[in-house]
Order: sequence, then C-alpha cells, then structure tokens
Amino acid sequence: MHPIIKLVAQRLTLGILLLLAASVLIFAGTTMLPGDVAQQILGQGATPVSLANLREELGLNDPPVERYFNWLGGVLQGDLGTALTNGRDIADSIGGRLKNTMFLAFWAAVISVPLAIFLGLLAVRYKDRWPDKLISGVTLTTISIPEFMIGYILVYWLAIKLRWFPSVAIINDSMSLGEKLNAIAIPVMVLTLVVLAHMMRMTRAAILNVMQSAYIETAELKGLRMLTVIRKHAFPNAVAPIVNVVMINMAYLVVGVVVVEVVFAYPGMGQYLVDHVAKRDVPVVQACGLIFAAVYIGLNLIADIVSIVTNPRLRHPK
Amino acid sequence: MMRIPPAALLGLFFTSIFFFCAIFAPWITPYGMAEVVGDVWEPSSSEFLLGTDSIGRDLLSRMIWGGRTTIFIATAATILSFVTGATLGFFAAVSGGWVDQVLSRFIDLIMSIPSLIFALVVLSVLPTTIWTLIILMGLLDSTRVFRLARAVAVDITVMDYVEAARLRGEKIAWIIFRETLPNALSPLVAEMGLRFIFMVLFVSTLSFLGLGVQPPQADWGGIVKENKEGINYGIQAALYPAYAIAILCISINLIADWVLSRTTSLKGGRG
Repeated sequence: MHPIIKLVAQRLTLGILLLLAASVLIFAGTTMLPGDVAQQILGQGATPVSLANLREELGLNDPPVERYFNWLGGVLQGDLGTALTNGRDIADSIGGRLKNTMFLAFWAAVISVPLAIFLGLLAVRYKDRWPDKLISGVTLTTISIPEFMIGYILVYWLAIKLRWFPSVAIINDSMSLGEKLNAIAIPVMVLTLVVLAHMMRMTRAAILNVMQSAYIETAELKGLRMLTVIRKHAFPNAVAPIVNVVMINMAYLVVGVVVVEVVFAYPGMGQYLVDHVAKRDVPVVQACGLIFAAVYIGLNLIADIVSIVTNPRLRHPK
Repeated sequence: MMRIPPAALLGLFFTSIFFFCAIFAPWITPYGMAEVVGDVWEPSSSEFLLGTDSIGRDLLSRMIWGGRTTIFIATAATILSFVTGATLGFFAAVSGGWVDQVLSRFIDLIMSIPSLIFALVVLSVLPTTIWTLIILMGLLDSTRVFRLARAVAVDITVMDYVEAARLRGEKIAWIIFRETLPNALSPLVAEMGLRFIFMVLFVSTLSFLGLGVQPPQADWGGIVKENKEGINYGIQAALYPAYAIAILCISINLIADWVLSRTTSLKGGRG
C-alpha cells in the first residue's frame, strides 16, 4: 500500500480513538467529580424527594460505566438526550444553532485567512523594518486583550459612536444574506482580529524558517528580486506549514466563537453552552462539549493529514 | 552589571505598578470595594477619577480591587500549574519507558479538548469559588507546562552528569530536583510569563461569562459584565478593564521576550 494512504488511515483511526477518549473525559468530568450533581443542580434548599427524583431522571443510581455507554449509544444514533431545564430535545435545539455558529465562523475564516497570509508575507518582505514592526506591534496588542473586550471596544466605536453596524447580532431565517452579513459584521471583525494575530505570527515564522534555507540564499545570490524569491521559491515550500497554521487557527476560532456569541447575543452553540452551564443543565453541557471537542479534534486531524499529504518526501518515496 | 533594554524596563515598570496596586489595595483605594457612593454611571470627576459603575460604586476602587482578585487568581493558578506540570514533566522524562508514555498520552488527551470548553463542562457541576477556579485553571494549564518541561528535561537526562548521578545510586527525586531542575529553569521562567498572561485572560473570560468570580467580589472580567449595558449609552466604564489587561499583558510579554532572548543567546544567557 502507498505509504501516504497508510499514514492517513493511521491518523484517522487515531483521531477516532482520541474522540472516544475525549467523550469519556467529558462524561467523567461531569459525573465523577466529588460532590453530588443533583445537589449542585438543585442547590442547598432542595428537598430529599426532589433530589431523589432528579437522581432517578439523570440515571445517577446506575453505575457510571453503564450510564456512559447508554449516553454514548444515544449520541451515536443522533439522540443527545433532553434538556433538564425545559425538557426539550437537545438535538433539535442544537441543529439551527450549529448552523448559525458555522455561518459566523465561515465568514470570519473567509476574511482572516487571506489577510493573515498576506500580512505574514508583508512582514517577511519588510523584516525588521517598520511594516514588520507595526504589524507585530498591532498583533501583540490584539493577542493581549480577551476576545470579549475587543468586542466591546469595537461596539463602542463602530456601533455607538459611528453607528455603522448594529451592536447585537440577532439573525433569523427570514433575513436576506445581506441583512445577515450586516448583523454579524462586528462579531466577524472581532473573530478576525483574534485569529489574525496568531495566524499571521505563525505564518511569518513558517516563511522565515523556509527563507533561511540554502536554496533561498542561492536564489538571492542569482540576483532574483525579493518578491520573486518569495513567490517562486519560498511560498511553495511554505504551503504545508501555512495550511497547518490555518487549520490550527480555525480550531482556535471555534472556541473563540463561544465568547463572541455571548457578547453579541448571537443565537449559536456558544451561547447555548454558556447559558446551560450557568443553569447546571448537565446533559446539554455534555452534548455541546462533545460537539465542540469533535470539531476541534477534526480540524487538528485535517491539519495533520494535510501536512502528511503535502510533504513531497512522503508523496514520492524513494 | 546587567543591562536591561528599555522595552523590558518599561514592562518591569508597569508590571510593578500593577502588583503594587494589587498588594496594597486596601490602603490606596479611595472607597470600599462594594460601597455605593454616588449616582449610576457618573462621569469621571475629581471625586471619582474613573466615574462610577452600574450601581454607583467608585470605578477606580473597583478596578484596583478587581485587579487584586484577578492577579491573585492568575498568580496562584500559574504557581500550581508550574509545580504540577514541571514535576510531572521531569518525572516523565527522567523515568522514561511506559511511565513517560502513559503520562504523555494522557496529557495529549486533555489537550485535545479546548481548555475553555473543558472548564465550562467541569464548572457546570462544581461550585464556583475562587479556589475551584485556581485549581481548575492551574491543572488544565499544567498540560502545557508538562510538554515544555518534558521536552527540556529529555535533553538534560541524556547528559553525563545525570548518568553519573544514576550510577551513584541517587533516588529519582534527587535527579529531578538537584540535577534536572537547575538546568531547565531558564526556559521555564520565560514560559511562566506567557502562562500568567494566559491565566489573566482565562479568568477574565470565565468571569465575563458569569462563571468565574462571583459578585459582589470584583474582578476585571466581572467589571466588564456589570457595566456592559453602559456601552450602549456611550459610557466607557466597561472598557477600562480592557485597557488594564492589555497594559499588564503587554508589559509581561516584554519582560518574557527579554528573559527568552537572554536565555537563548549564544553566550548561554548568563553574561
């Protein structure tokens, strides 16, 4: 068998095993911690009867291993259970929200990826001169501020002072694409700023790494122009590390979405998760946690596979 | 005489101001932390330097008290994360074999779930107290310290002096603390700055989501949460914590950069 197919198959299997292990961890994190979950959910004033009822409803009287397999079996068939707080089916509630979250993350990715790569190239082109220093300084600042604060700073200036965009991002299915994009303009900007910094710094490092190779020096000594060297010699070799960087940052973006959704009251997965953590609605938290972990592990897996596939030494084995 | 570059000096200066304010908060705040002293969202005046917050408390006092809580939690969590992460990392590197494999794969597993998501999952069943936050954040972040400590220690454990110590019949604790730790200290110290920043951002995020420090205790993330409605009326109260966090994080970054460049320089970083 071709070594690449073998390696990719190995990675896929490993990814699935990792996801299973992550599901164990998420389940264990909510059930095997010290303290009575039912007591935590109902608070100090709970009567013994209501505690017993809740334990029964959560299946807390069964052994943990059996509960885990019941839960996992349900998840594999698309049954995420029912929410404790309103008794609604979790899979139904998540469906639309997952779509909204993906919509937000998609547009943030569409804007941030090309921008980050362009800025990264620019920083390498003008290394140690003012454009590089300016880009590094600005990105250092955006890394140092939490997502939600970038959000409020942008709301303050763009929505309140300048009145360009709405300050909350409420969307529904009856809105046209243009209206939706206008509504999510500021959240997309926040997410872009958050991942841009990481992505640009990593792109810059990846390209600089390539630029220090011997063949780049040869190209320079041949008298090629700097931009030609970058375009024809450095970039093709930097593609694999850059794609890797992009995927890692997309995974990061999925987590950033959680906070940004809360800031802008956006009807997505993140807000759903945070709301139900506060209400101690364990089944919802488990389901959302598993979905976020799955997306995160999936994107990291893609990054892994891309770096295998784009590696010329593996593609053309001796 | 050691020369400190101006950027690092600036970082040191601001960081010391923040820590000074945090430690001496009870003596330098003009008003009490939860004391209602004025109207809602008063603009800044000579009486209230930063104005008042959503229920009329002095914002400057709350910022200083909030900084105290935030910095305390971040410091304690950083220490916990370093003690746990470095000890386990060195232990894995020095032991090698299956101990190393089991620990490393377990850490990989925890890192495969984003920290924030994992924290939210666990906080859904744990009571939110300051100590829960410290332990949770410290343990989650110790995975990153583990990785670094193990990577550094693996290089050290193949050195002759470690071999010599083993042949002398030293116990594993001696090899970890007397042979490995002193030689692995400088990269770990540089990393400490970055972990501290991460902790400040992490605890602020949790508090902002309402799952961290609980009111009436003040912390920077909580101040944003309490005053976020004001932004719609053009009131800046919620933005001050953002400025404070940004200045603190950039200052510490500048110091960490300096420590890192000193320790990775060709001269061995001890000159």
